[in-house]
Amino acid sequence: MASIIKATKLGFDYVKYADDSETPEKVSAIREIDLTVEKGDFIAVLGHNGSGKSTLAKHINALLVPTRGTMWVDGIDTGKEEELWKVRQKAGMVFQNPDNQIIGTVVDEDVGFGPENLGIPTDDIWGRVEDALAKVGMLGFRDRSPNRLSGGQKQRVAIAGVVAMHPECIVLDEPTAMLDPNGRKEVLEVLRQLNKKEGVTVLLITHYMEEVVFADHVYVMDAGRVVMEGSPREIFSQVERLKELRLTVPQVTELAWELRKSGVEIPEGILTIEELVDALC
Amino acid sequence: MLIELQNVCYTYGAGTVYEVSALKDINLKIGEGEFIGVIGHTGSGKSTLIQHLNGLIRPTSGRILYEGKDIWEEGYDLRSLRTHVGLVFQYPENQLFETDVLKDVMFGPKNQGLSEADCRARAVEALKQAGIPEDLYTSSPFELSGGQKRRVAIAGVLAMDPEVLILDEPTAGLDPAGRDEILHQIKYLRDKRGITILLVSHSMEDVAQYANRLLVVHEGRIAFDGHPRRVFTHYKELEAMGLAAPQITYIMHALHDRGLNVELRATTVAEAKRSILMALSERASLKE
Repeated sequence: MASIIKATKLGFDYVKYADDSETPEKVSAIREIDLTVEKGDFIAVLGHNGSGKSTLAKHINALLVPTRGTMWVDGIDTGKEEELWKVRQKAGMVFQNPDNQIIGTVVDEDVGFGPENLGIPTDDIWGRVEDALAKVGMLGFRDRSPNRLSGGQKQRVAIAGVVAMHPECIVLDEPTAMLDPNGRKEVLEVLRQLNKKEGVTVLLITHYMEEVVFADHVYVMDAGRVVMEGSPREIFSQVERLKELRLTVPQVTELAWELRKSGVEIPEGILTIEELVDALC
Repeated sequence: MLIELQNVCYTYGAGTVYEVSALKDINLKIGEGEFIGVIGHTGSGKSTLIQHLNGLIRPTSGRILYEGKDIWEEGYDLRSLRTHVGLVFQYPENQLFETDVLKDVMFGPKNQGLSEADCRARAVEALKQAGIPEDLYTSSPFELSGGQKRRVAIAGVLAMDPEVLILDEPTAGLDPAGRDEILHQIKYLRDKRGITILLVSHSMEDVAQYANRLLVVHEGRIAFDGHPRRVFTHYKELEAMGLAAPQITYIMHALHDRGLNVELRATTVAEAKRSILMALSERASLKE
């Protein structure tokens, strides 16, 4: 399989000036990141606030370009300015706050904004909008005003806006942080569908560990580096290590881990309720 | 009773075509020292409800009493009510503005008309209670981490010395350790200073862990009001309201369905562990 995202020795420095001095100070937000994502994978990135997750994410659609190393998206070097729009078409991004991303006064219009900017002919735009809204289950809301939607619905519209650009890959930076439980469920469901049915590569940044359980591969970041990677089971069996990194595990995993510590004989790294129930009953 | 709501109704855009009834006949009593979790889906009316508690919104009908006095009565000092009932909005760090942390926290007490020395003393105390180390007092608030910024913003409200602290999703966007730190701090404020807490949250796990009373707001009404353990037994109704129960609730029901005699009302990892260990040893002794 071909890789869709590839980073080698990726680093990003920014320069900070102290209040009283002229001397610039160099701060590395991310460093020495090597990572390869295969087409069609569902990838999760975990890490505490300030660990570099968002900086990494912004490299995938060239909102930031590396100061060291290289980032390739579908074989294109994101550092090449002339390739910028191609990169952004291949990798779309969705952020935490849906209210900051929605610009149209009608759902339809908002979703059409991306393809319009790509210079797609008007007739094709409507087809793409319809298709994208159907894929996120929001077709019935196409004539509505976005500000009357719930948080989960707004975020699905934001995702449709990216889907309408026919990306290979969607990068989501804490898309569920502001949503209620139902909204979180809706967004996750849409992402899984897009990944499974449409083969879109998904890279999800989140602080909710339960959302990561079904990912193909998990990266954990700390101090700008990737410090752990593996399957969800491999990652979540290391409860103590994750807590050191200011993270946690899903409640079911924590409960299983606690039971194991008390001498109950169950396997390591339990991820779902079914697994725990099968182990105990 | 510290706060009492009597038949409170609130309608947005009353008399226009956009009329929306946000709160419908709410009756509620809040006692001193309670730790109340407030849950409800987006648009359920919970934000409208909490904004009534410190007089930011005037009810369309009904009365709101603070320590027995009607806050909308002629001559009531709403300004002082707002120092008694502190409200921490969502993403409060967006409201930080001063050049250093200490000055930012001193802003509230200054507005209350306190002397410079008193303001400083209040701010230092509040920063301590919010868990901000002294060496950060002179830093720019904008240099801090997300969790630290949020705690500085909470300190800004604490410095006004409130009796009630209302927090609207104080942990949104924080990493798991940051979430725990903020919630521990809030619990500490309640345990040590006796501050009454209302915590609006989308995390069922958090309210199960910390609150001793849970209000469920749905379509402008209070659908459930009780201990989280009791409220979460209604998890199917909660799901119909766009909410959920903590993952532990689902685990306990699944185990119970498969014949393990566990306590269905357990809502935290510690409670579940205790109950499962007991049920397992019971099962083992039955087999012998």
